[in-house]
Amino acid sequence: MLQTVIMENSYQDSINLMLLSNKLSDMQSVSKVSVMMGTPANKTIFKGTGLYTPELEKAGPNDICIVINSDTDMLEPVMAEVKEFLSNLATRKSGAAIRVTRSWTSSIKALPDANLALISIPGSYAAEEARKALDRGLNPFIFSDNVAIEDEAALKRYAAEKGLIVMGPDCGTGIINGVPLAFANVVRKGNIGIIAASGTGLQEVSTVVHRMGGGVSQAIGTGGRDLSAEVGGITAITGLKALAADDDTKVILFVSKPPAKEVRDRVVDILKAIPKPVVAIFMGEKGGVPMQNITFASTLEQAGMLAVKAAEKEADVSVDLDKVKASGGNHRIFGLYAGGTLAAEAAFILTEGFGSTESHEHIDGVYLELDGHRVIDFGDDKYTQGRPHPMMDSRYRVEALQEIAADKNVSIIVFDLVLGYGGSMDMASELAKGIEHARAVAAKDGREQIYISSICGTDEDPQGYEDQKTKLLNAGVIIEDTNARAVNRALTLFYQLTAKPQDLSPAEGVAALFRNGPKVINAGLAGFAEPIKAYGGAVVQFNWAPVAGGDARLAEILSKLV
Amino acid sequence: MYKSIDEANEAVTAKIVKSQPFLVDVVPGKTVIPELKEHVLLHAGPPIAFQDMTGPMQGSCIGAILLEKWAPDEEAARKMLEEGRITFIPCHSVNAVGPMGGITSMNMPVLVVENREHGNRAYCIMNEGIGEVLRFGAYGLEVIKRLEWMGNVLAPVLSKALKLTDGGLNLNVIAARALTMGDEFHQRNIAASAVFMKEIMPYIVKSKPSQEDLESVTKFLADTDQFFLNIAMAMCKSVMDAARSITEGTIVTAMTRNGKDFGIRVSGLGDEWFTAPVNTPQGLFFTGYSQDDANPDMGDSAITETYGVGGMAMIAAPGVTRFVGAGGFNDALSTSNEMLEICIGQNPNFPIPTWDFEGICLGIDIRKVVETGITPVINTGIAHKQAGVGQVGAGTVRAPLECFVKAVEAMAKKKGII
Repeated sequence: MLQTVIMENSYQDSINLMLLSNKLSDMQSVSKVSVMMGTPANKTIFKGTGLYTPELEKAGPNDICIVINSDTDMLEPVMAEVKEFLSNLATRKSGAAIRVTRSWTSSIKALPDANLALISIPGSYAAEEARKALDRGLNPFIFSDNVAIEDEAALKRYAAEKGLIVMGPDCGTGIINGVPLAFANVVRKGNIGIIAASGTGLQEVSTVVHRMGGGVSQAIGTGGRDLSAEVGGITAITGLKALAADDDTKVILFVSKPPAKEVRDRVVDILKAIPKPVVAIFMGEKGGVPMQNITFASTLEQAGMLAVKAAEKEADVSVDLDKVKASGGNHRIFGLYAGGTLAAEAAFILTEGFGSTESHEHIDGVYLELDGHRVIDFGDDKYTQGRPHPMMDSRYRVEALQEIAADKNVSIIVFDLVLGYGGSMDMASELAKGIEHARAVAAKDGREQIYISSICGTDEDPQGYEDQKTKLLNAGVIIEDTNARAVNRALTLFYQLTAKPQDLSPAEGVAALFRNGPKVINAGLAGFAEPIKAYGGAVVQFNWAPVAGGDARLAEILSKLV
Repeated sequence: MYKSIDEANEAVTAKIVKSQPFLVDVVPGKTVIPELKEHVLLHAGPPIAFQDMTGPMQGSCIGAILLEKWAPDEEAARKMLEEGRITFIPCHSVNAVGPMGGITSMNMPVLVVENREHGNRAYCIMNEGIGEVLRFGAYGLEVIKRLEWMGNVLAPVLSKALKLTDGGLNLNVIAARALTMGDEFHQRNIAASAVFMKEIMPYIVKSKPSQEDLESVTKFLADTDQFFLNIAMAMCKSVMDAARSITEGTIVTAMTRNGKDFGIRVSGLGDEWFTAPVNTPQGLFFTGYSQDDANPDMGDSAITETYGVGGMAMIAAPGVTRFVGAGGFNDALSTSNEMLEICIGQNPNFPIPTWDFEGICLGIDIRKVVETGITPVINTGIAHKQAGVGQVGAGTVRAPLECFVKAVEAMAKKKGII
């Protein structure tokens, strides 16, 4: 039977009504439903499809006409459906979609300030497309594997020429300015910059960092063969220089697969020259003794923990190394100790650090006398006969400071401050005063020296740990938590003052990537685009496909049709 | 003459951008198309024989014969056709285009569009409205009566009115305006038709037709939402023919379908049609009809997409976006963005508000089509595959890739590459 409903003066466009008709016709027990505006042309269609009823006669062009053909009375369910459909018309939601493109040209047009190409396409095409990305000034992040090592080396050399960096190939993960790329974990933003081969090594250290309460500034994957002799560590070195210059990066965490010897040496030279703490792990090598600013870890867990520890350090006293360098002399270290064991530790660390095997007898409190570096324990009997111990009396050390200030070969003075009952109640003020005078002496010769101290004490000691620390900080003294750290700091600064100059200027394209955050052309796996957008990166989805669908003959013809 | 294909393509598209199409007259086809003699019919698409035509196009042929009174009835008309007594010429071969079947006979009035930039003219029959119409293969009495009225009343009235205008109607102005009102000139022409009517009515009234003619013409123009489609087709044809005068480059200058083959012409490849079997449109159907009833793709109206509107400008017409599929605005946006991938530029004369005022697609490059595998999307009406049933739905259809591959190969041969 045919049932007719005329909804007067309720215009809907024909497309909506066609969609509605289709939907209604799918209902059970309905053989056909047609919904159209009552125009003459539509009435003809009603006639043509056997759905014309006399009620349609009076329907006008502004009336919705519904004709139901069914065996049973379907008026009610059909009309319920109609009402729901019409009221839902406006409520279709669709968020701003990620722009989809099909060529490099249109991708760049859609994202003119793009700076990174995330490439996850079949490996045999990856090198060619990475080159196209480099041509356009983009830093390629090559997720694809099966890229020939010759291609990798060539791409990285080309990137270096252009001031860009190639991450990968076979780069599983990365983080740029807090934006996760490819298979990245969601890691807190922070001040640890990571360079790693790229895969789970990077994921393991970055997640350890996060769980330990730290955060990551940048994480760069180099690809597993970057430190091979063929590739020469180009990405690692470019990345390290960029992290060295990155203000958001305070600590560098370097994870390496077993490298080629000459590449390892080159990388370590760079690491040593970076004026930031470095935690390094060369997989397969045992960690342990620090080398200047580099702490070596044995495991990924340890590397992550050490990096977090280094990154927790409070803001430092600023040291103008260039000014100290300009002071001339040979920048020796002088240790002025009140504690004998601390002096012994300092002597040991320096001896190790200089790679010396000499053993020293500590006559008259001189724990070290090596190539102009000295460590003296002012608590030695020589100094305490008939005088108070230097923990109580600052005089000897203050006098020594004045003498050392006049020595143009000493640039770094490291000392200890021991708190506790029995000691001076305000040693920090006395030393600060001495340092002030010493600085004045050095300044007369146009020189500047660096002071480093550790404080042996607790916040419950009668002198007040924070109070003593603040006084030294105010006197421009670098404070380290422990004596070992203080001595290592001295060692690091010594090497920085005397190192052969390394060019640490960052590649412009990489610096810009860090400065502006990733603006990504995602060539390949669409799943990588969403997290980039979700974490504030800009992204276009480049639905890459091989030229002419992979038809080599047509691709060849097209390459010549110019 | 040009240093590179890119340079030639720039010259081709410059002709498109600079074009100045004006609607100047409506006259019987035979007066402007010398080939339109007795027993000659124009048809849509690349060349085709009567036997190879699908139902609706054959139906149109019968209707045209009845209209021209070359045969007394359907049976006699069909006999004429089957015996090969009718000569067929593609519209495109005689500066014309025709919708769906595109069947055009000597006494049918045609719109005359003059491209003042190049000095060429293009022709297209007028839109008959929707429902049972000749272009979808219907040839009943009402169809013939309407066509007779169009020849005897509508055409002379419009012709007289156009002669009163200052050199015709500037179609760029109407089109640019309608584009901002939600038309894409293939599926949707209601804004352009309204603007056209607004422009022409004062002149129609001024030309003092009889009260009866004034009423019937006014009613017809007011009822015919797609009236401007055929004007747009002639306009696009006049522009693309001018672009074809640059006989180099790889820009598509015509796309058309005859129900059997889809054909394209390319600026640097002369008059040759590069063809492949047509696809069948996918879309929405009037109740009672389904995809099974759809006739394969047909008509010269894809000249609108060639020019850069129609499916290429889907984003301009949010009202018809649902034909793209079940989706909405974002699907239209991605369709137009995708079409941009195969074009060499955008026409700044036709900014689309919903596209951040970016210009319509300009210059489909066969190289880009083959490189990406993206083929032009065409918005189209869907004819019933049987003659006489008429339109059963509307939707979209893709040009077949093979035409473009053939054209690329031909260009490579021409250049001595293969």
